[in-house]
Amino acid sequence: MNGEKRILLEYADKINPEKAEDYIKVGGYKGLEKARKMKPKQIIEEVKKSKLRGRGGAGFSTGMKWSFVPEHAPVKYVVCNLDEGEPGTYKDRIICEKNAQALLEGMAICALAIGAKKGYIYCRGEYPHIVRLLNNAIESAKKAGVLEDFDIEVRMGAGAYVCGEETALIESIEGKRGEPRFKPPFPGVEGLWGVPTVVNNVETFACIPYILTHGAEWFASIGAPDYPGTKVLTLTGDINNPTYFEVPTDYLLSDVIYKLGGGIKGGRKLKAVQVGGSSGAFIPPENIHTSIDFDSMSRIGASLGSGAVFVLDETRDIVDVATRIAKFFEHESCGKCNPCREGTFRMYEMMQRINAGRGSEEDLENILVLSRVMQKASLCGLGQAAPIPIETTIKHFREDYMRKLM
Amino acid sequence: MTNSIKDLEEEAEVIFLIGTNTTENHPVIGYKIRQNVLKRGAKLIVADPRRIELADLAEVYLPFKPGTDIMLINAMMHVIIKENLLDKEFIEKRTEGFEEVKEIVEKYTPELAARICGVPAEDIVKAARIYAEADKAAICYAMGVTQHSKGTDNVKAICNLAMLTGNIGKPGSGVNPLRGQNNVQGACDMGGLPDVYPGYQKVEIEENRSKFEKAWGVKLPDRKGLTLTEAINAALEGKIKALYIMGENPMLSDPDSHHVEEALDNLEFLVVQDIFLTETAAKADVVLPGVSFAEKDGTFTNTERRVQRVRKAVNPRGNAKPDWQILCEVATRLGYPMSYQSPEEIFEEIRSLTPSYAGITYKRIEETGIQWPCPDTDHPGTPILHKEKFVRGRGKFHPVEYREAAEMPDDEYPLILTTGRNLYHYHTGTMTRRVAAIDQHKPHNEVEIHPRTAQLYGIKDGDMVRLSTRRGSIKLKARITENIKEGVVFTTFHFGEAAANHLTNASALDPVAKIPEFKVAAARIEKI
Amino acid sequence: MITLTIDGKRVTVPKGTSLLDACRIAGADIPTLCHDPELSLAGSCRMCVVEVAGRRNLIASCVTPAEEGMQVETESEAVIEARRIILELLLARHKLECHVCERDGDCKLQDYCYRYGVKDSRFKGEEPHFYKEDPNPFIERDYDKCIMCTKCIRACAEITGAFAINLKNRGHNAVISTAFDLGLKDSTCVFCGQCIMVCPVGSLVSKVEKGRGRTYQTEKVRTVCTYCGTGCTLELKVLNDRVVGVNSIRDEKLSPANRGALCVKGRFGWDFIDSPERLKEPLVRKNGELMPVSWEEALDYTAKRLKEVKEKWGSDSIAVFTSARTTNEENYLLQKLARAVIGTNNIDHCARL
Ligand SMILES: Cc1cc2nc3c(=O)[nH]c(=O)nc-3n(C[C@H](O)[C@H](O)[C@H](O)COP(=O)(O)O)c2cc1C
Ligand code: SF4
Ligand code: SF4
Ligand code: SF4
Ligand code: SF4
Repeated sequence: MNGEKRILLEYADKINPEKAEDYIKVGGYKGLEKARKMKPKQIIEEVKKSKLRGRGGAGFSTGMKWSFVPEHAPVKYVVCNLDEGEPGTYKDRIICEKNAQALLEGMAICALAIGAKKGYIYCRGEYPHIVRLLNNAIESAKKAGVLEDFDIEVRMGAGAYVCGEETALIESIEGKRGEPRFKPPFPGVEGLWGVPTVVNNVETFACIPYILTHGAEWFASIGAPDYPGTKVLTLTGDINNPTYFEVPTDYLLSDVIYKLGGGIKGGRKLKAVQVGGSSGAFIPPENIHTSIDFDSMSRIGASLGSGAVFVLDETRDIVDVATRIAKFFEHESCGKCNPCREGTFRMYEMMQRINAGRGSEEDLENILVLSRVMQKASLCGLGQAAPIPIETTIKHFREDYMRKLM
Repeated sequence: MTNSIKDLEEEAEVIFLIGTNTTENHPVIGYKIRQNVLKRGAKLIVADPRRIELADLAEVYLPFKPGTDIMLINAMMHVIIKENLLDKEFIEKRTEGFEEVKEIVEKYTPELAARICGVPAEDIVKAARIYAEADKAAICYAMGVTQHSKGTDNVKAICNLAMLTGNIGKPGSGVNPLRGQNNVQGACDMGGLPDVYPGYQKVEIEENRSKFEKAWGVKLPDRKGLTLTEAINAALEGKIKALYIMGENPMLSDPDSHHVEEALDNLEFLVVQDIFLTETAAKADVVLPGVSFAEKDGTFTNTERRVQRVRKAVNPRGNAKPDWQILCEVATRLGYPMSYQSPEEIFEEIRSLTPSYAGITYKRIEETGIQWPCPDTDHPGTPILHKEKFVRGRGKFHPVEYREAAEMPDDEYPLILTTGRNLYHYHTGTMTRRVAAIDQHKPHNEVEIHPRTAQLYGIKDGDMVRLSTRRGSIKLKARITENIKEGVVFTTFHFGEAAANHLTNASALDPVAKIPEFKVAAARIEKI
Repeated sequence: MITLTIDGKRVTVPKGTSLLDACRIAGADIPTLCHDPELSLAGSCRMCVVEVAGRRNLIASCVTPAEEGMQVETESEAVIEARRIILELLLARHKLECHVCERDGDCKLQDYCYRYGVKDSRFKGEEPHFYKEDPNPFIERDYDKCIMCTKCIRACAEITGAFAINLKNRGHNAVISTAFDLGLKDSTCVFCGQCIMVCPVGSLVSKVEKGRGRTYQTEKVRTVCTYCGTGCTLELKVLNDRVVGVNSIRDEKLSPANRGALCVKGRFGWDFIDSPERLKEPLVRKNGELMPVSWEEALDYTAKRLKEVKEKWGSDSIAVFTSARTTNEENYLLQKLARAVIGTNNIDHCARL
């Protein structure tokens, strides 16, 4: 036993995710059935009690989010975020491929809880096969009658990373340029087409049926107490076993690398590990003995994010890696706000200079000031997080930078 | 306007635009109406032979045939009465003569109107319902309604419609003529009309006359005078011998330019006071150089009756003089000394004789102009007219019947020509044709033709064409556009070298307002 | 009502007040580039950020509602650092040529750089490369000076409703553009110049005004547009006894009909004032030709001829056309002249035309 705990992925490859009947046979749609007998408030209470926190990266309490939706609004929406634009992340795809019906069930329960009649799944543009899969799954669920009058529509994303940000995603569904909105108002109050909207990640929704079926206490008892449940991780980089896993949230990062991952390729030494996708912090080997849950990661200046784990061995040029990341953000900034639009661009310029051996210590200082301002003053999470990988590599691997300066 | 511009932006729930291409001719009002639709969800009804920009936002667009306004409006009233959408309380308490109107509009069924106006009956019904069902519905119109041989009747019909639904005297409603030139309102208010003194005090009423005789210290004529168009005709007949024209260019602005030219040639003496040597000034015996708005002080009154300060920014160019000074000098030389020291002094005299301006002073309008009537210096002005009652007490319904336009298409002249303005130029182009940027942007006149009409005559976009009526012909470029009704062509009167008013009909005058039929003339077009 | 503390000062404001307004009520001078009270909020320039106790990030005050008990600092170290860095980032993409810029002295970028002592940008690198000639006769668009506040886009949509311009491209390549990147002439632009009115820098300027004088050199005279009956208030800019431009006044009280909005004629149609074709001398027809004469001669001759006609044919043989373009005072005088001096009611104007 390698310590995995499979809840969402328990029946992976054992059932056909498109078929509602398959899912029902293994206990699916029991949560929804239960929810139908509850008052909306009770459903929200149950979700709150489970202490489920968003799996899209921000780690916000899901029950709280649902409770912000005004009860009496005439029209509301449920939106599932399947944009998954983070390089190296594919856990939402896996959840759909293995257990799409759980996502639909979770959305339907949310719809009951907030009083919505319509849901959207915003699917990453590079996943056309998932769109097909989901449409079939929806059709099958409709045929089985489990969704009743709740309607789900799948929308294809525009291919921009920023469209994963919930308000940019909403703009994109509305047919506008995918640019984040300022908050407040939060989508829960003023979202899609200006009406209250809950936006949750695929994994978040997929947890819901199990919480309803087995009870909030059961869920809350799994993993880390303040971020309970399991987490689906995707492992990439210089690792022997680059695949996905579902683990309880108190699982150690070191175990992810050395147990599940089977250690570093070629028996080399670990240089650093980046958790949470492109915008995640780089963690030096001395810090990997930490539980992967949201708060433990925060304590070492990192974030769990989407659950992508990117492993670098000792031979990697970390400045080069950071420069590539700077390029990614320079390319993905939507251009709306000054700190990020101009900041990501100048950041990449300076990183390129350093990486090419033409940088100075002044560049390094300027990067740190810029990082600080971008994190504090950018409009959305993209600009706020973009400098983190750079800043953390400078912090932990300063000598690597110094070696490259003029 | 009975109401304010701001009402159209922030109050009206329905706006019925008839005969006004607002975004082109009163652009800023047009922008405000558009924002009301976009931001507050106001509904628009647009009735115009040309598919004007605002038609794109309209709930109903009625591309009716030029000259059939009354048919259309009476049919709307027919629907409103039949469907009982009228404001009974308002009609009872505030108006008189309703029964007569009711009787007359009985026969104006939407189906009849559909045939005559060339728009679907259901659209007329829909427009009537939208207008009548709103709490606050405003009507705006402009020259498209008034420049007809029966323009006065058109306006009466519009007033009937507004009274029928109680859309008078409250915010966001009203009957709102949009005035073409910056100070048309003021020129009328100041008695620049043959039948009234300042403040619309009729010259034929003894009491008024003696008031002005006393103020001015002379005996005054007791019969009303000739209108502009009548005066031109009288000049042609030799009855008018001398003409004093200040800041007007009838050679381009008046219908049937050949006729105007002949009339001016027939005069013994013509004085023109202007800032440019206009087509009219070129015919004068004396030309007196006045100044532009930037070179003098004074007031203008805008279309919402707001009296606003005009301020001198620069000195007169060359030896030109402010027009008020020129007039003082002429009067003095004619044996009536005028020695006003400033426009403010003149304004003080105006307000002493004009009750609706009595409370307005330069000091009070230093920051914000005041909307008349403003009877005393404590009065805040009147943004909405007819609030509690009409000036005459009860509002009177004036039944009006549809008549055909004076000149209808026939075999020889099979098209309807209608004229107007565009966004970039102004009036006869005296000023805008001399604004380098504007003239560079829109240097030529064009005639708008529907593609099917164009096809009939083998005309392509950009072709030079000859556009003719019984009065003459002009050469200009063709612009093919779906935005005009089939069988109708449109051109502007801004351009001396291709002046629409070579073509228009001067003989058909509205019997009351004496407005010529600019909007309808039978015409023909050919490629050259 | 809610009470909060701003720079140590307690202020009470109505619920729903933005933090920006609350700060301003408290007397704090908050810089903004993208905020405009008449336009929808963008929250994108981030110049208005302030520090709120207990919040990890700086808060954009224009898009954040004031909340009960907030402890706000408007010029903390972090705030000043953020503003400086934002200005430096903008400078790095800005064609800095204040010495020949129309908006020198009337430019928010200049003002804020001055205020925060930003001389130069530490982020200099690739220079701006957005300029593209737009051959229309009214508006120069130099996006090498653009600071991407998007006010022009919003003014175009939310004041005029022309929807002529929008954002094109993303990230650092984002630029204001018409559909298909055509010139304004080939877009839905109506040349109202509302975009110029709101542009905080010299990115959009009137080609008609260019080179004729900067705002601070000119005297401003508030008056009313000479064209249509809307009666828009505008401000004439005057330099050396010449009108050199037009400003909007965006104040309901001073500009009641239009609140600063203008159309192409009002904004760009003023240079006829100094047209070489202006009449500068009185003219009298002599031997069939109009010849310049003195005022004395012209006026005496006019009076003489009018008197002759009146004596010979009577008062009603004379008619007077007054003008819908001259002032009330002049209209009044001319009708008085017709009625009291000539003795006829034959007075009219082209109200109907
Ligand atoms: C730049 C950016 C990209 C994001 N991309 C994703 C994404 O691909 N998938 C996702 O679920 N959340 C993404 N998020 C987070 C969402 O904004 C949002 O927090 C999330 O959908 C909420 O769902 P949760 O509460 O279930 O986590 C992104 C945020 C930012 C700032
Ligand atoms: S932080 Fe970046 S991605 Fe987010 S709004 Fe600003 S420019 Fe766009
Ligand atoms: S001039 Fe007016 S219409 Fe043209 S882009 Fe600017 S704001 Fe829009
Ligand atoms: S052109 Fe001017 S108004 Fe438009 S975005 Fe650039 S700086 Fe702002
Ligand atoms: S700016 Fe345009 S809309 Fe305003 S008064 Fe002048 S011509 Fe009319």
